Amino acid sequence: MNKKRIYPQWFLIVPLALYIIFFLLPSIMGVGYSVTDWNSRSVLTGVHFVGLDNYKEIFLSDKNYLSGIGHTLMFTIVSNIVKLIPALLIAIMLQEGLRGQGFYRTVLYLPSILPFVIIGLIFKSILNYNNGLLNMFFEAVHLDFFKLKWLSDLNVVWKSIIGVDAWRGIGYVMTIFLAGLNTIPKSYYEAAQIDGANFWQRLRYVTLPMLTGSIMINLVFGITYGLKVFDIVYVLTNGGPGHATEVLTTYAFQLYSRGQYGMSTALNTILLIITAVVGVFIVKTLGKQEVQQ
Amino acid sequence: MKKTIQAVLKHVVCIILCLLVLAPFYMVLLNSFKPKAEAARMNLHLPTQWLFSNYTEVIEQGKLMQGFVNSLTYALVATTLGVVLCAMAAFVLCRKRTKLNVLLYYFVLCGLFFPVNYVTLVRVLSAARLNDTRTGIILVFTSAMIPFCVFTIRNFVTSVPVELDEAAVIDGAGPVSLFFKIILPLLKPTLVTCFILQFMGVWSDFLTPLYLSSKSKLFPMTMAVYQFFGKNKNNWSFIFADIVLTCIPVIIVYMIGQKYIVGGMTSGAVKE
Repeated sequence: MNKKRIYPQWFLIVPLALYIIFFLLPSIMGVGYSVTDWNSRSVLTGVHFVGLDNYKEIFLSDKNYLSGIGHTLMFTIVSNIVKLIPALLIAIMLQEGLRGQGFYRTVLYLPSILPFVIIGLIFKSILNYNNGLLNMFFEAVHLDFFKLKWLSDLNVVWKSIIGVDAWRGIGYVMTIFLAGLNTIPKSYYEAAQIDGANFWQRLRYVTLPMLTGSIMINLVFGITYGLKVFDIVYVLTNGGPGHATEVLTTYAFQLYSRGQYGMSTALNTILLIITAVVGVFIVKTLGKQEVQQ
Repeated sequence: MKKTIQAVLKHVVCIILCLLVLAPFYMVLLNSFKPKAEAARMNLHLPTQWLFSNYTEVIEQGKLMQGFVNSLTYALVATTLGVVLCAMAAFVLCRKRTKLNVLLYYFVLCGLFFPVNYVTLVRVLSAARLNDTRTGIILVFTSAMIPFCVFTIRNFVTSVPVELDEAAVIDGAGPVSLFFKIILPLLKPTLVTCFILQFMGVWSDFLTPLYLSSKSKLFPMTMAVYQFFGKNKNNWSFIFADIVLTCIPVIIVYMIGQKYIVGGMTSGAVKE
């Protein structure tokens, strides 16, 4: 068989070209422009090399960019924990032969198909202090203690964002776990039961080890999503109050709309580096597991 | 006995969870029919009068027809193009595993992790004279879905027997007819999955048009809704009607394509 003839290399040209031009090239150019003073006036004045000035501004000035990086990392870690653990428990609950499983699954997955902008707007109304649904509910059940300024109180606002994010994302994570759970042979659980293993032991010694694939997928999707988070923060708080909920991407967009393109690409480059480090780490752990199996 | 109690408890938990998910939708739907002053209270009481006119007015004021046509064009064209191109690439990458192709595969996979740099992307687009055009936005959407689609489709191609290719070639099929007549129909399940997931992804996307379209003529529905919200901050009945209209198309696609979604999201790692 002549492989060259049946599987022509030119099938790759168009997708690769698109990928390189509209995805890779901007990333590489971004690294280059991040050491320049590129801005909205550059059309007249030209783009100048400024060394690491942009990075110095990000790391050394008192303009809160560092807290943006911190928030991005914090969101990535916390939002994943908040989604993965409940999603796993719900998936296990649904999987053990519950009637109406299909219906529950459909409903719980529903939020993750909707645009973030829409979810943001819906929750802007629900979390409204004066007459939002949530505070109305707490008032009705006489738990006024829980009536909070969900989107403007500095101590609460991140919890609100992560909560809304979990509301949207848990169904998605759960669906992936369910698919993984379905591949575990029933006989394993029967054997564990005969040995007298309780729920936690079954979880620890049967479910979790058999579920590494789904856990990995969820982590990869969750971490890359978390690092790139934008929509939900932008719509819910737009980085506020003050700069309390600013993340890397919202800062980058702000700088872009103010015409400070060089600074914006520098922030993007930092995000790129963080993602690359995390990506290499994930690929390495994945590789290790394959060897073990 | 213990089993029944357990089952009942589980149902209770599930029903509570479902209510938590559905309550916001119910609130939005209900309030979208109320008069302005009533909707501002955002409660779960039934409207005193059902104003279907909210919808017709929102369609007019929010320029929703334009947004709908834009969203549909972006999602349909970008996704169709992306899925077919990625199927071609995935087919060759999977069947002809030369060193170069393995390298290219991993090279494309990097795109699953890395963020898009929109600032320089705008620059690339304007260099290609594609900034603020539908073509530009569509090509960007298509490029963004390449890593995911290549990854998913390639995993599926491994399950299509190679003997089929050989048989077809012996019968005199060229590479193009082999791919489009024999392979593509066999890939249908995974192609449908990719199509649905990416269609919904493009429909929901907000960041790409935010950076790439400065003319409101090019806004998809998500942008139109957000802009409408900016202009009518207190008119919640209109905003809710707007939200309902934006959600309906994705919900329809979801209901039709539901059974394909789960399989596709998890193909690959979970299967093994």
